[in-house]
Amino acid sequence: MSLLHWAILSPFIAALFIPMLYKRFRKIHTGWFVLVLSILLFIYFFMFLSQTRDGRNVSESLAWMPSLDINFEVYIDGLGLLFSLLITGIGALVVLYSIFYLNKDKEKLNNFYVYLLLFMGSMLGIVLSDNLIVLYMFWEFTSFSSFLLIGYWYQRERSRYGAQKSMLITVFGGLSMLGGFVLLSYIGDTFSIRELVSQNGELITHPLFTPALLLVLLGAFTKSAQFPFHIWLPDAMEAPTPVSAYLHSATMVKAGIYLVARLSPVFAESALWLWLIASVGIVTLFWGSFSAVKQTDLKGILAFSTISQLGMIMSLLGLGAAAIHYESMDEDIYVAATVAAVFHLINHATFKGSLFMAAGIIDHETGTRDIHKLGGLMNLMPITFTITIIGAFSMAGLPPFNGFLSKEMFLASMVSVTEMDLFNMENWGVLFPVLAWVGSIFTFVYSMIIVFKTFTGKYQPEKLKKKPHEAPIGMLIPPVILASLVIIFGLFPNLLSSTIIEPAVAAIQPGAVHVDIAHWHGFRVELGMTIGVIILGVLFYLTLAKWQNIYQLFPAKLSFNRLYDALLTGMERISLAVTRLFMSGFIRTYLVYIFLFFIISLGYTLFRKNALTIDMKNTAPIGIYELVLAGIITIAAIAILFAKSRLTSIILLGAVGYTVSIFFVLFRAPDLALTQLVIETISVALFLLCFYHLPKISRKEERLAFKLNNALISIGVGVIVALIALSSHSSKYFDAISKYYVENAYKEAGGENIVNVILVDFRGLDTMFEITVLGIAAIGIFAIIKLRLTRGKEEG
Amino acid sequence: MKTNDIILQTVAKLASLVILLFSIYIFFGGHYSPGGGFVGGLLASGAIVLLLLAYDLKTVAAILPIDYKLLIAAGLLIAVLTGAGALLFDAPFMTHTFSYFDVPLLGHTALHTAVLFDLGVYLVVVGVTMTIIQTIGESE
Repeated sequence: MSLLHWAILSPFIAALFIPMLYKRFRKIHTGWFVLVLSILLFIYFFMFLSQTRDGRNVSESLAWMPSLDINFEVYIDGLGLLFSLLITGIGALVVLYSIFYLNKDKEKLNNFYVYLLLFMGSMLGIVLSDNLIVLYMFWEFTSFSSFLLIGYWYQRERSRYGAQKSMLITVFGGLSMLGGFVLLSYIGDTFSIRELVSQNGELITHPLFTPALLLVLLGAFTKSAQFPFHIWLPDAMEAPTPVSAYLHSATMVKAGIYLVARLSPVFAESALWLWLIASVGIVTLFWGSFSAVKQTDLKGILAFSTISQLGMIMSLLGLGAAAIHYESMDEDIYVAATVAAVFHLINHATFKGSLFMAAGIIDHETGTRDIHKLGGLMNLMPITFTITIIGAFSMAGLPPFNGFLSKEMFLASMVSVTEMDLFNMENWGVLFPVLAWVGSIFTFVYSMIIVFKTFTGKYQPEKLKKKPHEAPIGMLIPPVILASLVIIFGLFPNLLSSTIIEPAVAAIQPGAVHVDIAHWHGFRVELGMTIGVIILGVLFYLTLAKWQNIYQLFPAKLSFNRLYDALLTGMERISLAVTRLFMSGFIRTYLVYIFLFFIISLGYTLFRKNALTIDMKNTAPIGIYELVLAGIITIAAIAILFAKSRLTSIILLGAVGYTVSIFFVLFRAPDLALTQLVIETISVALFLLCFYHLPKISRKEERLAFKLNNALISIGVGVIVALIALSSHSSKYFDAISKYYVENAYKEAGGENIVNVILVDFRGLDTMFEITVLGIAAIGIFAIIKLRLTRGKEEG
Repeated sequence: MKTNDIILQTVAKLASLVILLFSIYIFFGGHYSPGGGFVGGLLASGAIVLLLLAYDLKTVAAILPIDYKLLIAAGLLIAVLTGAGALLFDAPFMTHTFSYFDVPLLGHTALHTAVLFDLGVYLVVVGVTMTIIQTIGESE
């Protein structure tokens, strides 16, 4: 077990000790302990930077289930390291923020930090695992810990609803992804991602390749809140704000992006991959930014904005997959798409994290997140205002910030789609820049809403629960750090290019990185598009009140949330209805099912296998006694059906039983005849006893009502049994083994009564358990009757 | 009106003895002629039921102070032990053996371990039948 394994597992180990630390050191905010760990982890991963920059990847293996080819294989390359740094770095900032956000006397901090550490560890596990099954394991860990974190304030109904929704959707995707992984490992005969990548050319020809692709993508899309699975993210905003900042902007929602990027070398050759990811991404971008504008809750805006930005990264990754088809091109514009994706991934983590923290500060200091109640906070909260303006302008793609650079690169890549000449892109490709551009305008509008509706305008103190003031310094440090990163990356983007972006892109597109990432100047189409975005965005923002009514045009009934709710309640209702339909609670109904199944399955087999043969060759001659007895038994059996009184039925049943014992006599079975005679007597006596004790009310003597269904079913059962008996008699293939008993009963067992010798000697074990059955029956009757009596006494 | 069951009771005394003897006969003859532990046991309990009909539960319990549930246990124990006895002689479970002995009074006779097993069956059957009938008879 290497140090790397310890690093990944350290959050889990630390989570074990959190409750203890929480109980022991009540004076110290538990978050400080977690902060130390996350900073240490960040430093540890930072030290790998020099190695991945030179293309030296680190891998460590730990045997877990070697016989199943499942091993805890850790692999650090540019992509994994980028994500590890995001997870630990933003994790540390979020922990610091949460120390000031959550009150140590009012909140259950032990729960919070245990969940958070579980999440951090599993996220590290996802991005550093090389084994698909291990990756899946950590993937579900993030789903569960995210579920716990969203439902942290479990007293609130909305929290529980949001937690359940995110759980159902992400676990649905996770399970599909597991299916995809299993198919993938079946095709490639390995669970290792690196080995799959090394055989990427061969995989695509396999017929299971497309199902595997679709299932894996389903996992990635649900986790990363892509259209139409984005609906869980806005409801996950019920979580405490540090959680939203960490999970739902910087890390967990990027797990799907990570998966797409990581498996790109495996799937990129497929047209479906490119098309699906690029188009779902661009639709998500548009829909997210469009829906964000109508939100009134700050975190609601941010949630839809996250959805939209994730869609942007996703569509860039999809386009990046085209690079594999253009290896010979000089200026590889599709590699640039991947570069843009990675760059924007970093940028989004910085500015969205800071925006969430700022929203949390506003919520914390004013008691509301509703933009209708907020306004005029600029002078009261100047630092928060600065942070928000940096974050929002970066998100909108304005020049001095890093969002501008990645937005430019994004638009450039989208424009380049029109030049693509494969997979029918020349027909539909033009939609990409159009949707991207329109989406960017909406992005600009909602970014402005966040800043100006909150901080400018009329100050409405009467609507606020608290008297607003600036946040404590500890709460401001993390967003300030993130906001300064926004500016630093905006001014000096090349700090990142060779250190982080290049190795990360190399991991997504092996052997195709010769792009000058520093290139970001020049008058090109995308600059014009950005200027258009700004001009139209300002116009749209200023006229917001006039056109906002178009959101009313979409009936609320058609939203995906309604669909989800309807699905959930519908499934419950239908399953309840179905269960009610056949689980009637009446034994007679269940008997009908059992007998119908009996008739259908046996009848089908009988005819399907051509087993129905009736051969009269081996039958014995029928004598007069048999005919008479058969006549008696038939009359008695039929008479039972038409008997009016129960007493008649019981006596007729006795007649049947005694006839059977005469049959035994006739067929020379004296032992059976004796036993049958005595047993029949006893059971008739017991029936009479039951009859005597019937309650008066149900003693009404009436004939059995005729029901056609029951008649048909009973006739069917009888016919089937008769047919099977005749067929099996007609197709006897072997002699009976009874000859052995006849010959050896005296020689081996010293008895002349073969029946008894078989019962006690040859097959004595059966007899032993039969008498055990009798004993159990007797004790059961004893227990039923006696226990009922004692209970009756207690009640009386 | 007070009923007098003197005829029934007198006949029952005699008849039950005859039935018991018949049951023992059927039990011992089981290996050579129709019968055996099962029918024998049923007949023996038939004899006791006849006594029950002629007298009442308490009287019969006084005549035969037997806990029939113990009889079930004893029968099962005998059956299992007979089967397990074979293990002592390094033979598979439930291996029976027999041999001929000169028994006083009976003369040259075959003695068979299967009869011991059948005895277990006999006791269980008597115990089961009587437990059921007694329990139901006692209940209200």
